[in-house]
Amino acid sequence: MKPAPFVYFAPQTVDEVMDLLRQYGDDAKVLAGGQSFIPTMSFRLAQPEVVIDLNGVEGLAGLREVDNGLHIGTMCRQRTVERSPLVARRAPLLAETMPSIAHPQIRNRGTFGGSLAHADPASELPAVVSVLNGRFRIRRQRGEDWVAADDFFISLFETAVGPEDLLLEVEIPDLAPGSGWAFQEFSRRQGDFALVGVAVVLELEGHVCRQARLALLSVGEGPVRAHLGEAALEGQPMGASLLQRVAEIVAHQDIDPPADIHASKDYRRHLAEVLTRRTLSQAVARAAAD
Amino acid sequence: MSSRYFGQPVKRREDPRLLTGGALFVDDVHLPGMLHVAFLRSDFAHGRLNGVDVEAALQHPGVVAVYTADDLGDYWRPGPLLVPPPPIEGIVFHERTQVPLARHKVRHVGEPIAVVVAESRYVAEDAVAEICADIDPLPVVADMDAALEAGAPLIHEDLESNLAAHVVQHKGDYETARRQATRVVSGRFTYDHGIAAAMENRGVVADWDGREQNLRIWDTTQAPIPIRNGLAAMLGLSESQVQVIAPFIGGGFGPKIMMFYPEEVLLPWISMRLNRPVKWIEDRQENFFATTHERGQTHEAEMAVDAAGRILGIKDVFLHDGGAYDPYGLTVPINSQCTLLGCYRVPSYYSEFKAIFTNKTLVTPYRGAGRQHGVFVMERLLDLAAAEMDIDRVEIRRLNLLAKEDFPHDHQIIYQDFAPLVYDSGDYLPAVDKAAEMIDWQRFIAEEQPRLRAQGKAVGIGLVTYVEGTGIGPYEGARVTVEASGKVNIATGVGTQGQGHFTSFAQVVAEQLGVDIADVRVTTGDTREFQWGCGTFASRGAVVAGNACHAAALVVRKKILALASELLEAAEEDLELVDGKVAVRGVPKTAMTLGELAVKANPMRGAVVPGTEPGLEATTYFGPASGTTASGVHAMILEVDTETFDVEILRYVVVHDCGKVINPMILDGQIHGGVAQGIGNAFYEQLIFDDEGQLLNASFMDYLLPTSTDVPTIEGAHMVTPSPLNPLGLKGAGEAGAIPVGALFAQAVEDALSGLGVKIHEIPLSPHRLFDLVHGGGSQHGGGSQHGGGSQRGGGGR
Repeated sequence: MKPAPFVYFAPQTVDEVMDLLRQYGDDAKVLAGGQSFIPTMSFRLAQPEVVIDLNGVEGLAGLREVDNGLHIGTMCRQRTVERSPLVARRAPLLAETMPSIAHPQIRNRGTFGGSLAHADPASELPAVVSVLNGRFRIRRQRGEDWVAADDFFISLFETAVGPEDLLLEVEIPDLAPGSGWAFQEFSRRQGDFALVGVAVVLELEGHVCRQARLALLSVGEGPVRAHLGEAALEGQPMGASLLQRVAEIVAHQDIDPPADIHASKDYRRHLAEVLTRRTLSQAVARAAAD
Repeated sequence: MSSRYFGQPVKRREDPRLLTGGALFVDDVHLPGMLHVAFLRSDFAHGRLNGVDVEAALQHPGVVAVYTADDLGDYWRPGPLLVPPPPIEGIVFHERTQVPLARHKVRHVGEPIAVVVAESRYVAEDAVAEICADIDPLPVVADMDAALEAGAPLIHEDLESNLAAHVVQHKGDYETARRQATRVVSGRFTYDHGIAAAMENRGVVADWDGREQNLRIWDTTQAPIPIRNGLAAMLGLSESQVQVIAPFIGGGFGPKIMMFYPEEVLLPWISMRLNRPVKWIEDRQENFFATTHERGQTHEAEMAVDAAGRILGIKDVFLHDGGAYDPYGLTVPINSQCTLLGCYRVPSYYSEFKAIFTNKTLVTPYRGAGRQHGVFVMERLLDLAAAEMDIDRVEIRRLNLLAKEDFPHDHQIIYQDFAPLVYDSGDYLPAVDKAAEMIDWQRFIAEEQPRLRAQGKAVGIGLVTYVEGTGIGPYEGARVTVEASGKVNIATGVGTQGQGHFTSFAQVVAEQLGVDIADVRVTTGDTREFQWGCGTFASRGAVVAGNACHAAALVVRKKILALASELLEAAEEDLELVDGKVAVRGVPKTAMTLGELAVKANPMRGAVVPGTEPGLEATTYFGPASGTTASGVHAMILEVDTETFDVEILRYVVVHDCGKVINPMILDGQIHGGVAQGIGNAFYEQLIFDDEGQLLNASFMDYLLPTSTDVPTIEGAHMVTPSPLNPLGLKGAGEAGAIPVGALFAQAVEDALSGLGVKIHEIPLSPHRLFDLVHGGGSQHGGGSQHGGGSQRGGGGR
């Protein structure tokens, strides 16, 4: 369990990072918090020739308010996000989710952008940033891009961040007035990868759902948006039987979960149904209280 | 003499060092010029090994040597059979022990094939990746039933089948009992145990000093003296040339009593060959494949009961998965066979088992050592009988408990220590009553449970009993010395893996010598300090080594009194030992310190009288004729979330009897740790193999150990039935906490889900498995986890 040999760079500016990425491209991997990357190197599942350490790069760890929400730097530690009063005020769903990510020791080191760019289908942040309509600022070799969440997550461990690109920061827009939100997951132990997780944002007008955004984790190749479930909610008055019906639609039509040693396909569907119903109920209650 | 130390909750004296990183573990040994070792291990569970090409690895910069089986010459030989089969009539046992490096065949994933010695572990692992092992995969024996089918692939081709052992033990006549029974309950029970997963993996440092002609070995072993003796013999050295040190060890739990692991055999040989110190530290991934497991048994069992619910007899036929080799003999399945009888009167018993070779890591004892399996079968049979006959679950246990006057009780079968299974002492009914009272059994069932169920909460309660055979022979020894400073030294041969020996042995000796415990230094596990003994296993450290310490302290006390009597011109019975001094009782000015006495006992002039010895020192041994039987009762209340099938333990009660207690705080720690491992066994931990014998969850991401949030507060009570088999009246406690948890968990979950008609005949459980049991789904274990942790193979190889 020792990594294979690699060449290590510790650049100090984004420009230096971009030069190194241009030079080494596919042979290089950037190191952020290292909470996924280092173990895969130790297991020799990842054997990059070049490691570019972002930890000394200036200006990547910010967390600030902008007019319409928050900008969170790619190197902002997960623990910083978790403890930020700003996040608690302007992105309460994010604040509620953070403690579900692994353990405090991991969140101390793990970064906000690192988790999103790694795009593990079992990660909480991709699903939550998806339902929050997050946007991603990516530095390319030529210029910069803002990419919407729906276009950011491409497939298993693959995002809009190319081999020569760098994720700079993520924008989390404010929720619309009258929104309710919830995140729940089921894991074997506190801190484990969840067997299934569900993130929900509902915009209500009175009892009627104006817009619904629902995403699940650990049921596909990335965060899985439940478009059929969302459609079944939109324009409808909220009620227990509707939420149950939506939960069934999500579990049986929106997702095709994998089986592994911890959960069969059937059990994952079952959990998705339970958790969807529970999160929707919670989100409706919060929207009503808003 | 009133007790100053014995029985007191003295804080563990070793903990400040352990908790602040100040203790020496094997990996803390750094020697000048030390080389590092990594192994190429088999990726295949079963295969023909045609050859190993190490040329590229040898050329790798920083590599000093690469060895395969062919390089070992006469040193290559199968390991010793540690525990021969017990003297049971008609027993069949095929001895096939592990080898240092695979030759011609590989028989489990992780079996070592080649060893690389290099300037660093990093370089060694890089070079391992360059070794090419030419292996033709063979059909794999992964399943116990399939292993015995005609035409099954043979793991050991010189045997007719994969049968490792066949043992029948019986007493009374079960068939007659069955005919006389009012009711016979039966079931097929599977019980799978996991890995010890000690916090510290294994490790060996070997240092041959060519000038001194001495070999020093630091080893994470539970048995340093047998390791020393065995290695000296294998290497052709005198035992006095070999020093084995088992320093602080981060958990033993059984797998570290196994010997000789290939790494233990190879590192000393490499050090002698290269005349340099070498180190191997097992990494966590290797540990899953290279350190022994405990695993599964499948029992077909039935119990015959009379109209009142009294046991007339039990019949049990089971298969035991032994893995690829069987160096530890039959200890685990014999423990299952014997411990099944538990706290109960069982007039007739027929027990038959077959141990099976499979293409998996070998099975040797892990905390509980097969006892869990037996207790599970017995307790589940009692629960079945209680349900079918509408008897309260606690009541059916009360009905069948051995009574106080039944002791000593001879179960008329042979135990793992080759002695007849005789319980020396016990008093079970008060323990059951106490546990039922603490968990508030009757009120919970009559009031609480109906109230909570009306709220939609699936709550369940359980209570089980168990025995633990502990403190077996053959012997341990201790040397107690009073130094000229007045400080006291204890040396004993057992190794220590966190049990608190530095405190409890000091308590035993301080009690007799009247010294401050801070003035007692304890050395364990260093063969230069004490060179006779066996090791730390079978819950025997306190019983056997503790009594040896006590015996040595008594002899030293006698010497102190005799010398002081002469010097103070007073009768021995008028002397007292207090605060490190001896004085005539009531005459404080006569006091002499033990240091002064020690100087007098070791004079620089004059003569030591022939027939006496200098100094205030004694070396004494204790060897019990047979083991002593501890017992206990566990009870719990839990709640099942009937949507997610997660389980929350709401209360956990342990009533435990291990005779007299040296240190109740240390005992509580033993119980708590055991219960935690038991909870892991019941609901979190399971080694998952595919049909190819590949372990699918070889990391702590996928092999789930319970964490602090998964283990409830444990409410405990101690009963004391002193053992008549040793002077201190002790019984062992090392495994007690872990033994009955699976049986208890199953009972309580079944109770919680009683409305759904679920029967629990298996451990471990999981939310997934409970979902399947409730919804009638089959197992859908996929091949590999989506997190990427599911299909890694054994360390380093290709």
